[in-house]
Amino acid sequence: MTGAALPRRPGLRERLARRGLDGTTLLVLPAALAILALFVFPFIEGLVLSFLPKQGGPLANYAKFFGDPYLWKTIPTTLGIAIPATLANIALSVPVALRVRRMKRQRLLTTILVIPITLGTVLVAEGLLNYLGPQGWLNRTLMALHLIDRPVRLVHNYWGVLWSLVIAGFPFTFLLTLSYVSGIDPNLERAAATLGAGPRARFRTVLLPLMASGLAITFCLSFVQAFAVYPSAVLVGAPAGSTRVISIAAFQAAYETYDDSLASSIAMIMAAIQLVIVVLVLAGRSLFYRGPAGGGKG
Amino acid sequence: MAIHSKDFRTLRLDGVQRDFGAFNALKGISLTIARGEFVALLGPSGCGKSTALNCVAGLLPLTGGTISLDDTRIDTLSPEDRGFGMVFQNYALFPHMSVARNVGFGLAMRNEPRAQIAEKVAEALRLVRLEGQADKLPGQLSGGQQQRVAIARAIVVAPPLVMMDEPLSNLDAKLRLEMRAEIRRIHAHLGSATIYVTHDQDEALSLADRIVVMRQGEVRQVGTPEDLYTRPATVDVAEFMGFRNMLPATMAGAGSGTRARVTVDGAACEGTPVGPLAPGAVTLAIRPEDLRPQDDGPLAARVDQVEYRGRAFFGIATTPGGTALHFRAPSRVAPGTALRFGADPDRILIYGGAA
Repeated sequence: MTGAALPRRPGLRERLARRGLDGTTLLVLPAALAILALFVFPFIEGLVLSFLPKQGGPLANYAKFFGDPYLWKTIPTTLGIAIPATLANIALSVPVALRVRRMKRQRLLTTILVIPITLGTVLVAEGLLNYLGPQGWLNRTLMALHLIDRPVRLVHNYWGVLWSLVIAGFPFTFLLTLSYVSGIDPNLERAAATLGAGPRARFRTVLLPLMASGLAITFCLSFVQAFAVYPSAVLVGAPAGSTRVISIAAFQAAYETYDDSLASSIAMIMAAIQLVIVVLVLAGRSLFYRGPAGGGKG
Repeated sequence: MAIHSKDFRTLRLDGVQRDFGAFNALKGISLTIARGEFVALLGPSGCGKSTALNCVAGLLPLTGGTISLDDTRIDTLSPEDRGFGMVFQNYALFPHMSVARNVGFGLAMRNEPRAQIAEKVAEALRLVRLEGQADKLPGQLSGGQQQRVAIARAIVVAPPLVMMDEPLSNLDAKLRLEMRAEIRRIHAHLGSATIYVTHDQDEALSLADRIVVMRQGEVRQVGTPEDLYTRPATVDVAEFMGFRNMLPATMAGAGSGTRARVTVDGAACEGTPVGPLAPGAVTLAIRPEDLRPQDDGPLAARVDQVEYRGRAFFGIATTPGGTALHFRAPSRVAPGTALRFGADPDRILIYGGAA
């Protein structure tokens, strides 16, 4: 009877299942392949390419970028557009979301607010040109009323790009913010009210701290979108001047000077900057409360 | 520094109404509560008791009527200006603040000096027996502890009125009994008025000085626990207070003393009238624990089932007319046995009108 007491070694299938791997796991394959083919491979190729410049050593492209103000100044320019646009979107989303949360016809309003997301930046830029351009209806109306003699320059500058980013980015920021705000138990606000907190104090002591961590995530996602701005910087901005963003520099390197290697380096620098900002914001997030926003059991 | 509630004489609700669209959730509630009183609003869900509480707290505006504290009208004040304490059913503790900051929240909103806040918070936590937990987050506490924090937070500002909305409904049976005693003790210590909303008659009976029975947005009866338990004013209230046997009967005339004679299922019996009775159809209300097998009892019925509930057996029997009787028996009775049932005439209440 000695053999029967030996524990049977479980089969491969059983051992894999214990680690959470079974037939269903295979469903992950198509998505994994797509990510490999469409993201990981191009990224690695770009990274390698960025170290193979037309002339000079492996770091020649990076040296060129940071040595040429015409190139490196695109970084502060882009940040100067993307960060204010993201902050403006969050600042707009929070009060709107707080109000929408209590409305009965929430869905209708949400739909209306979200429509711009379907338009894309090009269409938004087009619209801005029509409305706010030198021959747009706003300038024409103001001139017809003799309030101004010449068209006011509202697009083809910094503000045009900022406007278009706010319009195109708001729905996205708003939807994220709404979901965080809706997750806060309304009884918490009511409890704060019975304890003597007015609307401002309730926002400062209860709502904002509970939203902070979610807003940090929202900031990261919206910022990454705004940082890669290209169409509106060209269409409603001043692509040679105040809105010469980093993606324009990359585009010019790739399709005007046909320097794929330099373009890849610029793309890598973009990625690095986005990563640094996201990591900083997420690190700051650990200072906030991150647990559930409910008021207790129930 | 001991926490004692602010001085006032009465809180008065006068014809308080609240509509939600076409639905009248409160149809004109009038009620006066004195300082130091413990009042329970009792009723089934949807009867308007929580709505009434929210109206007093200022979380719901009234559609009619007034609420005043002594001679000051308060129903137009926002909740933050009323200064009442409220304990929510799900506690509504601020999850991002420590226990001490939760409890001190109301004091901080009143801009009290830090040292004073710390002192009062410590006192409130002592009162609810949570001395060692001041630095924890609510999520690290058990349900009963969270409940105590919620109570401490509501009472630390020494409110003239403390409101509790089914505060024990999320706790297990043993904890519920313990917390009942705690709530009673804290109420006595504060000297404030307490309005306590519940659908549990045991809770209301054991805690309250006065019970307000509500149904369909109206007050049906106000009385001491003894009043309500022994003499419910209407059939509705009786049903809610545990009179499970509601038997159709006919008036037969006056009985001995204040009693009346009725005919039920063809047999004669005596009971105690509640309110004036007209000849014709009446309803008998009897608690299951008062209806027992009696050889000369007026009601004949066949036993359907019997269950043991410690100390006694409770069962259901059916009369030949098809009425179900809930009864209590001292020993086990086999299903199918034909028995006669009766009750002490003092424990048979007679209400006018058909059941």
